[in-house]
Amino acid sequence: MQCQCCKNNTATIHLTEISDGHRSEMHLCELCAQKQGLTVKTQIPLNELLSTLLSAQTQPQADSPDAEKSSCPHCGITFREFRKKSLLGCPEDYDVFEQSLLPIIQNSHEGGTAHCGKVPSGASGQTKKQTELLALRRELKVAVREENYEAAAELRDKINRLLEAEK
Amino acid sequence: MKLNEISSRTSEWFGGSGPLADVVISSRVRLARNLAGFQFLSRCSTSQKTQILEKLKAAVMALDLGDEVFYVGIDKAAVLDRDLLVERHLISRHHAHAKGPRGVVIANREFFTAMINEEDHLRIQVFKAGMRLQECWEQISKIDDMIEQKVDYAFNPRYGYLTACPTNVGTGIRVSVMLHLPALRMAGQIEKFFNAAKSMNLAVRGLFGEGTEAIGDFYQLSNQVTLGVSEDEIVGEFTNSIIPKIVEYENLARDQLLVKQPDLLDDKTSRAIGLLRNAHLISSQEALFLLSHLRMGVNMKRISNVSIPVINELFMLTQPAHLQLNSGKKLEPTGRDRLRAEIIRSRLNKY
Repeated sequence: MQCQCCKNNTATIHLTEISDGHRSEMHLCELCAQKQGLTVKTQIPLNELLSTLLSAQTQPQADSPDAEKSSCPHCGITFREFRKKSLLGCPEDYDVFEQSLLPIIQNSHEGGTAHCGKVPSGASGQTKKQTELLALRRELKVAVREENYEAAAELRDKINRLLEAEK
Repeated sequence: MKLNEISSRTSEWFGGSGPLADVVISSRVRLARNLAGFQFLSRCSTSQKTQILEKLKAAVMALDLGDEVFYVGIDKAAVLDRDLLVERHLISRHHAHAKGPRGVVIANREFFTAMINEEDHLRIQVFKAGMRLQECWEQISKIDDMIEQKVDYAFNPRYGYLTACPTNVGTGIRVSVMLHLPALRMAGQIEKFFNAAKSMNLAVRGLFGEGTEAIGDFYQLSNQVTLGVSEDEIVGEFTNSIIPKIVEYENLARDQLLVKQPDLLDDKTSRAIGLLRNAHLISSQEALFLLSHLRMGVNMKRISNVSIPVINELFMLTQPAHLQLNSGKKLEPTGRDRLRAEIIRSRLNKY
């Protein structure tokens, strides 16, 4: 389909407008749509978006009306206060508010809920091993998905060795 | 090292060298860290903030980075000094305008900074010219290890490095690449770049100027996901697929401009150099816009007698705080526009 505006490029943006029961259609190429200001340009910083989303959710989750008001025993922050600024009060909040935080964390990290990167060298051996296992399992998933069975077998052996060592 | 010593030169990361330098100005990797046993900053009293500041300042100042470092107490610094640090990308705008005890440790050659008491207790970053994210990551990770020898970080096996905002939790890594994409814009393709970035969950911001608006076709592209992916994966994806693709598109758009619209290209670059060489009053926005065209003209070999380092130097030195600190006086906007035009004329008319 040709662009209605420049009658030159292919129309890739199709606009249907219904007002007062009257339906009109417009077919434009990207360039003409842009000229008419039809494409969204601004990128909202994630923080801002998050706090907008959070404050828009005025209804607390049905199953946790108390979670909104209950405060962290370590720093005193309530989940409601966190919603306002999207800033937590102390490291323990990740455990204290885990239930309420998890959907937000998943949302911001494309579904990611577990760390699989660097671990401080001072962390306990157990922690390091857990993180390593997580990373290996992720790699295994990718290897299987990509049908890279040789790499998958190697990864499976590595995971088994780590688990063996634990016993 | 004093601030007035760095204000008259270009930052090393803006030197115009490094891989893919025609399109990639610079690379940066930042890590967010917090101390174990302390609350996050929003819940800290002034005295706790001072304690954190002193502890981290001592730890970072004692590092062996292969370069001297200096410290600037942001809460006590003059407004112009803070603005200078923001213009040089050594601190964030947030750090400049926040409240309470806070500061920054800077390596003399400006490849490294550590912001203390920004949104998190510690934000360390390494910059390099051109596309060198991998080197940035290796270096910042080593520095991170050295700091960790001296302090305990807030870390949890499930969520990784714990940060004040859950959007940074996990690796706490932010990789950023500064890009110059004038041809994509001229070809009307820049929206595609925005949309592609959005669909990959990447953030695009302007490199210069306030807020997110991009002036002069300079963009900063960064990751937003920090949990569930490793640092190596993020750096690898930027290095091996995302950035090479964008560079390829920009170069394609440049080639097409040369073939299809050479007159338009030469008109833009020649007008830019004409105005820059002759203007007597020039706002920072106009300067950025024209210098961007000039940079494109030089990189595309349509203008031969101006060098990229000279253009980059002008980008940096004609920003408001730089102008005022280097002239040694506070200037009103018109005064700045006059001085900016004067500096640009004198540099560009040498050739």
